[in-house]
Amino acid sequence: MTEDDLDRNRRHFLTVATVATGAIGAGLVAIPFISSLKPSARAQALGAPVEVPLGSMQPGEMVRVLWRGRLVFVLRRTKEMLASLPIVVDELRDPNSEVVEQQPDYAANDTRSVKPEYLIVEGSCTHLGCAPLEDFEVRPAEEWGGGFFCPCHGSKFDLAGRVFKGVPAPTNLRVPPHRFVRDDLILIGQDTGAA
Amino acid sequence: MSRIEAEVGKPQGGLIKWIDDRFPMTSTLKYHVTEYYASKNFNWWFVFGVLAMVVLVIQLLTGIFLTMNYKPAAAEAFASVEYIMRDVEWGWLIRYMHSTGASFFFIVVYLHMFRAMLYGSYKKPRELIWLIGMMIFFVLMAEGFAGYLLPWGQMSYWGAQVIISLFGAIPVVGDALVEIIRGDYSISDITLNRFFALHVIVLPLALIGLIFVHIVALHEVGSNNPDGIDIKKHKDESGKPLDGVAFHPYHTSKDLVGIIVFLMIFSAVVFFAPDMGGMFLEHANFEPANLTATPEHIAPVWYYTPYYAILRAVPDKLWGFILFAMAVVLPVFLPWLDRCRVRSIRYRGWMYKTALTTFVITFVMLGWLGLQAATPTYVMLARVFSVLYFAFFLLMPFYTAMDKTKPEPDRVIYHD
Repeated sequence: MTEDDLDRNRRHFLTVATVATGAIGAGLVAIPFISSLKPSARAQALGAPVEVPLGSMQPGEMVRVLWRGRLVFVLRRTKEMLASLPIVVDELRDPNSEVVEQQPDYAANDTRSVKPEYLIVEGSCTHLGCAPLEDFEVRPAEEWGGGFFCPCHGSKFDLAGRVFKGVPAPTNLRVPPHRFVRDDLILIGQDTGAA
Repeated sequence: MSRIEAEVGKPQGGLIKWIDDRFPMTSTLKYHVTEYYASKNFNWWFVFGVLAMVVLVIQLLTGIFLTMNYKPAAAEAFASVEYIMRDVEWGWLIRYMHSTGASFFFIVVYLHMFRAMLYGSYKKPRELIWLIGMMIFFVLMAEGFAGYLLPWGQMSYWGAQVIISLFGAIPVVGDALVEIIRGDYSISDITLNRFFALHVIVLPLALIGLIFVHIVALHEVGSNNPDGIDIKKHKDESGKPLDGVAFHPYHTSKDLVGIIVFLMIFSAVVFFAPDMGGMFLEHANFEPANLTATPEHIAPVWYYTPYYAILRAVPDKLWGFILFAMAVVLPVFLPWLDRCRVRSIRYRGWMYKTALTTFVITFVMLGWLGLQAATPTYVMLARVFSVLYFAFFLLMPFYTAMDKTKPEPDRVIYHD
C-alpha cells in the first residue's frame, strides 16, 4: 500500500473513535472507585440518631454528645440566658437565621430551637470546624453577654449559636435535625416519624 | 542480524558486557553519573538536592519499619504508636528518625528552593525542573499532612479537622469534596484508614516518580551554578565542558562531606531533642484524640505555619482559603515572573537583593506568627507580612525588569 492509497479521513475517524471509546470506558470504571470513597453503608448506619435524656439537666447546664462522630451541644438555657438573646441582635451577622442550611425550618426562630429552653447545636465552628468553648459568664465590661468562643481563630457565637459580626466564621452554628420524643427525651439526627 | 546473534559463541567482555547487550547499564551510569558534568564552582548551597534524597531514603526505610507495628484504626492507632515507643526493640529510634526526618525534609527542601531563588535556577532552560520541583513540594505537603493524622493524637485530629474544613470553603462542591476526603460525616476511623493508604502508598509513589523525572529533566539541560552561566559554551575537543567536573567521583565525594555533617545534626536532634520543644512533635499530640474538646492553642507543625499565618490573617472564610492557596501556588510562576536577564544574585542589582532579603524575613516571620496565638497585634503583623509575601511575587515582573545588572563572566569564577 502506498501513501496515496491511505484513506486519511477514515484513519482519523478510527483514531478519534478509539480514543473516545477508551475515555468513556475509563470514565465509567472511575465511578466505582470514586464511589468507594463516599461514606459507606456502615458509616451511614453508624450515623443513626442518638437519644439524649433531659430529665436530670439543670437550668444553665450543657451536655456534649456525639452524633455521626460530630459534637453536639445540648444546653438548657436559664431565663436570663433567653432574655439576653434579643439584646445582642444588632451585633449578629444572621440574627434571624436566614441562611437556610444552618437549621431545619422548625429552628429558624428567635431562639433557634423547638422549645426555647433547650438549645441544640453542633459544636463545630462554621469557620474551620474546631469545637467552640462555652463561655456563659456575663461580663458587661467586655460587652459579653455569654455564648460560645472558638479557641482556634476567635469566632464568637451567642447563646442561640448565632455568629457575631467581624469574626472569621461565616454562619451560625448548625442546628442538627432533632425532635422531642417526650418532654424529657430528645432524639438527635431524626426529625420525622412519630411526632 | 542483531548484536546478540552476531556474538553467539564469542564469550568475551564478561558479565558487564552481557548485561550491556541487553540493558543500557554502562551507558546510563555514564550519562547520569560518571560523565555527567556539573560546574566545578559549586558552593554548599548545591548540596541540598542530594540531602533531600538522603532524607527520602531515611523516610522510606523508617516508614516501612513503622508500618510493621502501626495499626491504622482509630481505636488502636494511638496505643500502637505508644507500643512502638515502649515495647518494640529500638522502636523509639525508628519513630523518632521518621518524625525528625519529616521536619528535616522540609528544612532541606526549603533551602533547596531558596538556592534556586539565589542563583536563578528556575530560569530558562530549567523552568520544567522548577515546575516538577513545585509538584514534589505539593506532594510533600500532602504527605506530611496525611502522616500527621496517623498517631491519632489531639493535634492530629484537630489539625486535620481544620485543614479538611478548608476545602469546605470552596463554593458549590466544597461540602461534597470534604465528605469524599473524610469518607464519613466527621473525621473517623475511615478517614484514618484512607490517610494511611495515602501516606504509605499513593503519595510516596507519586513522590518517587516525580523525583525521577525531576532528575531526568535536570540531566537533560545540565545543572546551574553559583554564577548562573552556561558551562556548555566552552568545551574541550572531547565535548566535555571546560568548567565541568564529573558528578562521580568529584561531586559525590564533596557531597559525602555534606551528608556526614547533615547526619551529625540529624542524629543530635533525634537523640537529644526529638520533639524540638514542641516544634517537631507538638505537645498536645501526646494526648489521644478527644472528639469533644479542641486544644486551647492549635497550630500546625512549623513547616506549614507561614501559609497558616496568611490564612488566619484574613477575617473571611472563602478569602482566607483563596489567599492561602495562592500563597502556596504562586512560586510555581517564578520562571515567568522573573524578567531579569541574569540568573545569579552575584550579577543582579540592589532591587532583587532587597526583595529577596525582605522575602526571607517575611517567610520566617510568617512562620513564627503562625505558631503563636492569634492576638490582635499578631494578626495585624501577619497582615503586614502577608502583603509583603504577595508583593514579592506580584511586583517581581517590574522590579526584576528595572533592576540594573552587572556583566556576567564568560567562565565560572573559580579559585584554585
